[in-house]
This record gives sequence, C-alpha cells and structure tokens, in this order.
Amino acid sequence: MADKKRKVRARTPMPHQDPIERGTNFNEVALGYSREQALIEAERCLQCKKPLCQQGCPVNIDIKGFIACLVDDDLKGAYDTIRQTNSLPAVCGRVCPQETQCEGQCILGKKHEPVAIGRLERYVADTFAAQSACEDVTDLSTCALEREDLKVACIGAGPSSLTVAGYLAGRGIKVDVFEALHEPGGVLVYGIPEFRLPKAVVARELDGLKALGVTFHTNWVGGKTITIQDLLDQGYNAVFIGVGAGLPRFLGVPGENLVGVFSANEYLTRVNLGRAYEFPNYDTPAYKARRVAVLGAGNVAMDAARTALRMGADEVSIVYRRSEEEMPARWEEIEHAVEEGVRLRCLCGPASFHGDNQGRLKAMTVQKMALGDPDESGRCSPVCIEGETEQLQCDMAIIAVGTRPNPVLLEATPDLTLNKWGYIEADPETGETSIPNVFAGGDIVTGAATVISAMGAGRRAAKTIAERLI
Amino acid sequence: MGYTIRVKEELIPGQTTMMVIEAPQIAKKAKPGNFVMLRVSEHGERIPLTIADCDAEQGTVTIVYLVVGKTTAEMNTLKQGDQFMDVCGPLGKATHIEKSGTVVCVGGGTGIAAMHHIAKGHVEAGNRVIAIIGARSKNLLLFCTELSSFCPEVRIATDDGSEGHKGFVTEILKDILETEDEVAEVVAIGPVPMMEAVCRVTLPFGTKTTVSLNSIMVDGIGMCGACRCTVGGKTLFACVDGPEFDGHQVDFGELKSRLWQFKKQEEESMELFSKECRCNG
Repeated sequence: MADKKRKVRARTPMPHQDPIERGTNFNEVALGYSREQALIEAERCLQCKKPLCQQGCPVNIDIKGFIACLVDDDLKGAYDTIRQTNSLPAVCGRVCPQETQCEGQCILGKKHEPVAIGRLERYVADTFAAQSACEDVTDLSTCALEREDLKVACIGAGPSSLTVAGYLAGRGIKVDVFEALHEPGGVLVYGIPEFRLPKAVVARELDGLKALGVTFHTNWVGGKTITIQDLLDQGYNAVFIGVGAGLPRFLGVPGENLVGVFSANEYLTRVNLGRAYEFPNYDTPAYKARRVAVLGAGNVAMDAARTALRMGADEVSIVYRRSEEEMPARWEEIEHAVEEGVRLRCLCGPASFHGDNQGRLKAMTVQKMALGDPDESGRCSPVCIEGETEQLQCDMAIIAVGTRPNPVLLEATPDLTLNKWGYIEADPETGETSIPNVFAGGDIVTGAATVISAMGAGRRAAKTIAERLI
Repeated sequence: MGYTIRVKEELIPGQTTMMVIEAPQIAKKAKPGNFVMLRVSEHGERIPLTIADCDAEQGTVTIVYLVVGKTTAEMNTLKQGDQFMDVCGPLGKATHIEKSGTVVCVGGGTGIAAMHHIAKGHVEAGNRVIAIIGARSKNLLLFCTELSSFCPEVRIATDDGSEGHKGFVTEILKDILETEDEVAEVVAIGPVPMMEAVCRVTLPFGTKTTVSLNSIMVDGIGMCGACRCTVGGKTLFACVDGPEFDGHQVDFGELKSRLWQFKKQEEESMELFSKECRCNG
C-alpha cells in the first residue's frame, strides 16, 4: 500500500453461473465473492478523505468505513457499519444500480474501474449472516422495544416500509407492518426473480427485522381491511404508506387483451410469488409459450424476458422503441439477458397484436422507428418510419412499460393530497403527507423507481418520525 | 392468525358448498358486491370468491363455491374447524345501492349466493326487489329459503320444469320488463352466458343492467392486470374498477376467451390432485 506508484489493479470479476446452464434453472446467477476475492477488491479502495461514494448512496452508507473494516478482517465491524443506515444489505448488494450511485461516484472510476462496492456489500451481508445468525438475533433483541408506548404502522411490506421498520425498531419503537399479499417483501418477493434475488435472502432480512420486534400482518389491504383513520384511531403515533406503484400500464394498441398478452406484473407475480416455476407442485400456473416478445427495456422487462427463457420459451425478444444506448435497465442486466440468449430488437415499436380464432395471440405488428431529437427525458425520442412495419410471430407478449398509481388506498383516503400524476404528495425532506403524522415513500410517491430510492425515502421518513417521537 | 371454517355445508353434494369462515377484520368492512382472495395452503393458488354474506358481530364471512378445479376440490376436503392459509379482503368496489324503486336481481348457479347478498342490500335500502333464480333442476336451486326470508317476490326457472317456470330466467325477466311500469335496475350474477343473455334482454328496454364479472385474478388488488376486461371500449380492471360493471358495455366475448387461458394447466393440476386423492384414500 505504501508504494504510491503501484499499478491500479483491475476490478475483481464476479463469479457467475454458466450462461447456458443458468438459462434452464432459477438458481442465482451471480455467485458472490470468496473471502480472497473480497479482500483483493476491498484493498483497491483508496480510502478517500472525502468519500464521494457515500454521497452517491441514497441511504448514505459509510462505504469507506465498512471497506476499511473488511481490509482489517473485521467482518462484524463491516456489517454493523452498513446496518447503521441500511436494514437490507443483502438485497441492496444484489439489486441496487451501483453504477449510477456509489460506484458511479468512485474516484477510481474516473480513470479505471470503480471499486465493486455492491459486490462487497453483498459479501459482508451474506458472510455475516452465515457466520453469526444466532448471535445476531440475541444481540438485537436486547435493544428492541424499549418504548412499548410508542407504535408506528407501515402499510405495505416492500423496501420503503422495511427500511422504516428497521430504523424505528432499532430505536426501540414498536412497528406493525400491514401487507396486502400473503408474504411480506413487496417487489422483492413478487417482482424480482429468484435468479437475481433468492427468496431465502429476502427471508433472512425479514427475520432480522422480526428479531428486532417488528410484527408483520399479512392479508391486510390498506384502504380495504384497514384504513389510515382506523390506524390513527387505534393509537398509532405515525403511519407510513409504502404501498408501491400499482396498476400496470398497457400500450393502448389493438389486440392488447388477447389471451397470451400479459403485464410484466402478472407474469412475474405468477412465477415469483406463486412459484409457477414449480408448477404443478405449486398450484399457480404460468402461460406456456414458445416465442415471447417483451415490450419495454427496463429492469422489469429484463427480468420478464429472462424468466420466460427459464420457463421454457425457445425464443425471447426485447422489443424497444429506442436504441440499446437508451435502454433504462442496468447494463449488467442487459448483458446477462443477452448472454442467456435474449434477443434485442431495438428501434421497434408495438403497433398491434393479432390472434387466432380463439382469441389467442399469434403475432404482432411492429413499427420500425428511428431516433429523433432528445425529449424531456434527455433521451433521443423514437420516431416512426412511415410505412415500415414487420410481422413478429409470437405466442406470448409481456408488457413492461411501467405502472400508474394504485387507487385502492388513495380512494379510501380522500384527505390525502395527490400530485398532478396522481401519486401521493409528500414533503421531499420529511416524507410527511397532507395528513399530519402520516408519511409516504417509495413508488406511490415517485412512480416506479428503484429499491434503493424507496429505501432512501423510507429512511428520511423514519428519521423524522423518530425525531418527533423520541 | 387462523381463518377457521366455522360451518361447512354441502348445498348440492359434490358440487356446491357453502362455508362460513372466521375473518373478523374482513367481516367488519365487507359490503354486498365485495370479494375475497383466498389460498388453501402453502402451495395453493390465490383465487377470488364473492362474499355471499357476512356477520360483523360473529366475525364471519360466507362463501359459496362450485367445484371446478384443483383449488375448489381441495377446499372440499377441508372440514369444519380446519383453517385456510390466507383470506384477504374485502376487495373490489361494493355494489352501488340506493333507493331507486324496483330492482330485479337475477342469479344463476353459485352466482345466486352473491346475488342474494346484493338483493338483501337493496331490500335494506328500501327498494322493491324481485328475485329470479334459475337452475337445471329443482334440486340444484340455491338460497331459496334465504331469499324468501327477506324478499317477498322470488321467481324460479328450471330447465326441466321441476319447479317454477320451465325454461330460462331470461324469459321471466322479459315478462317482468314487459309488464312492470318501471324497473330501475337489473342486477345479474351467474355464468357468463347467463349474464350476456340478460343484457341482451334488457337492452331493448333500456334498463340499467349491472353484471359482476368473474375474471381470472392473481393478486386482486390492482397490481397485475390479469382481470382486465373491455368495458365501453376501455380496458378496466375487474378487481379495482369492478367487479360490477354496466352489462351493456361489457365485451363478453373477450371475457369468455380470457377465462380459458389456463385450461390446460388447470386440467393437469386437477388430474394430479385426483390421483393423489385416490392414493391416500
């Protein structure tokens, strides 16, 4: 380390399951660092005086600090450092878009490759959990529930609520989480596939929260089984709304309701939450198809495409209106999809779906596009090339073009002020809504975004709640 | 938290069953027209069922189901005192009920159960309710006694004429529409062909007609879009925009084809389940 002229070592590659092999199973694709690999990578960190990586992290992890612990072979220290601000490190180490956050700010990345912060976070979380799960539980329960008189309710059990729960429970406040589905975890269990985020990893993080005294109530629908007013009447000091994005958007093109056309939410929920990949051992079925077209090119589209491949499709295409450059998915996800055999059909827009005489999808008409001037998103806009269309044979189409606000809780809470897009208006600093002591965060405030941005919102709300209560 | 089966009663042996399930938080909120999503066991599928009745004091909701596939067949193996893994609700928009005059409620098959809950709501709102129920034969009629207990006018149609009018419910309905001065609304719940036929009858009379759509659902809370249907040319979700819609606006053809989506897998599940049953028995 003393040698200042040392060559900067290349970033330590992540071991992966073989691309051909993994296309046939739901096991995790990225296998995780070994101890040696983690140490080599950790030593690449320059320990900057002003660590920019931390500023790039929506939950503000002391990245420099946890990496220093790792280099000193202090695993517990590294884990505790991360857990100070992040209650779901094994999740974040896997699904955060590090390239645009922590790693995007890393000074090494200016001339070389940035430190693999996400992979190190995952290493710390996984290894610590494996080594000292029992010890961890006993440690935590001693500090939990110091203030039985204070209680907070979270509606929805996804990333933002889990962050609120972890933060407040760690400070001795009783937290009840109300989840509409039969399993807590939100998008982590219904949306993100097993091969990218194993359910066992999510279960472990949830167990960590339960050990802190957080109680999960499943099958409780916010706005239906219980309303915000009910919770306030029951004496909750604060309520956090983290109910996620909601209704899937459709394209509005002819033939969209044919049998075989699915929203990504439905397809992924069947496979992930319903375990359709284990059908008929599990009862929830998924539609079987040979040729699949996925509309959209975000992370959800990549997840759907890679899932369809694993469910036995012969041919899976991503159909996207712009070019590969503009694809909103993480680069790593696109790369993994392509390695596995997903075909990218760029500059193609969906024009119409066609069915057989039983109403089943058999083909779609694709409109050829070109790139025009940048639009308000800063990306080049897709422009139709008049008269240039193409027939694409497909027996399943998955629409992954985003979501719009779910009305269930909003209609039951007329006092809640919404913004012009129909999402909940919440103070960006505190997360508080138009109803005092009712907070909101995650996709129901921002529209579909990332796990980590929902966690960041959860953390800001939890901080405000804690300041008011303690 | 258990969802214990308090009462199980086979209404038509081997075919239609009624269950009264302990679910106090749902019972407190449930209204006519609402449904629940339930799951029998760990490996089970989430399925929607309309709430046929509820009792807030007892903390129970009543469901009535027809054995059509693996999940309902498995439900039939549950006994009084057994528990469901999950019961979630009350979901969907409640039936719009207001004092409006004469309301004709048409029910077919297990749909009679849900219709009975709505008819009750209309009676409580002060409306004059004429109930029409239909089945193939006398012994397949449901809820006659329950309906008659609060509804003075219950008309019956059976295919074989073993009770009431020999023929279809739509024939009785047409007769009513022709003779009554003013019918404010017709509510139809039952098999899709029946609801479609009711809408065909009411259309020339211009009578407001409400149907309850039994689309395939996965989450039941507006997340997946599985239950989408075309109503008045627009794509709507039965779980959050419905399940009740203006029948004259519904694309029934699309609904029918979408209901068959998973036929093959449903058969596979059912076959496997019947085999397992035989092995154990």
